[in-house]
Amino acid sequence: MKILIVDDFSTMRRIIKNLLRDLGYNNTAEADDGSTALPQLMNGSFDFLITDWNMPNMAGIDLLKAVRADARLKDMPVLMVTAEAKRDQIVEAAQAGVSGYIIKPFTADTLREKIDKIFERINAGG
Amino acid sequence: MRARQLERARQLVVHIEAEDDEAANRLIEEMGRMHESLLFEELGKLTRDLHEALNAFRLDSRLSEITKNEIPDAKERLNYVVAMTEQSAHRTLNAVEESLPMAESISRQAKDLYKAWQRFRHREMSTQEFRLLAQEVEAFLERTGGDGESIRRNLSDVLMAQDFQDLTGQVIRRVIHLVQDVEENLVGLVRISGERLAVPEPKRKESKGAGDGKGSGPAVPNTSDGSSDVISGQDGVDDLLSSLGF
Repeated sequence: MKILIVDDFSTMRRIIKNLLRDLGYNNTAEADDGSTALPQLMNGSFDFLITDWNMPNMAGIDLLKAVRADARLKDMPVLMVTAEAKRDQIVEAAQAGVSGYIIKPFTADTLREKIDKIFERINAGG
Repeated sequence: MRARQLERARQLVVHIEAEDDEAANRLIEEMGRMHESLLFEELGKLTRDLHEALNAFRLDSRLSEITKNEIPDAKERLNYVVAMTEQSAHRTLNAVEESLPMAESISRQAKDLYKAWQRFRHREMSTQEFRLLAQEVEAFLERTGGDGESIRRNLSDVLMAQDFQDLTGQVIRRVIHLVQDVEENLVGLVRISGERLAVPEPKRKESKGAGDGKGSGPAVPNTSDGSSDVISGQDGVDDLLSSLGF
């Protein structure tokens, strides 16, 4: 399981990376923005994407849309971890095909729960 | 212009020499009117310039908008930063204060047990003493298992407490953005008052929010964020998503 963590704050990337390691996911890579994440996704064999929304060049929502629009990446599960909490934004992310949505600040339990749920759904073939 | 005036002046001389008073008076009146209309034209232009400058000033209402809403907002945002950083520091310090004595006690007890174990290995220990040592080792192993778990939990908490850097960083960037906006508008204001009738280009910056795709950072209480439709907490998000069929 190879996971890409995208957030413009290196501290948040480290937090997520550590939490993932706690959950048994050791194979992670990082990107600081949608525009650097997308080439990594295109080149690397990632299985899972965790992304922030509010980033300088390419926002997480645009990264999500780009992933869903790409023939090879479109089925990749995408978990949004963000401080953006407006109803419109959550609806927009849902419509863009987000697999899960976590509001910052979040707990380790929430992250585990959402990741488990996403994989449950994938394994159920949904 | 001058040629026309000269021509009229010559004509005037001709009229006066011909003692045609009526024609001369008409010409003088006409020339006066010409001068007046020039004056009015100039005055009209000045009035229009002034009007435009005032309009531009009013168009630049961004500044009044900033002072009315965004500066008080920015103060609340910075207060939020202070509160968040304070909370994170306390969370970290609590975890450290709880963990340090445990780590110290594990280290001290392990050293004591090691010394006793060495005595046992060198056959310097009576059976009675060994029985005591065995009990101590058992108690130590049990305690260390529990303390190790507590320390691990506290370190996790320290890890999670660092999320303040992301959350406050987003808020601070937003305030920096506002400060730049104020600066640009003040420079515009100085330019208006400095250059007579210079028309400044109205600076219009959309305040960041949903819709531009960029996001606006954490919702800060007691700011304009409160007026937008903000979902509170993970439960609210989960409810909304499940209502959308997730």
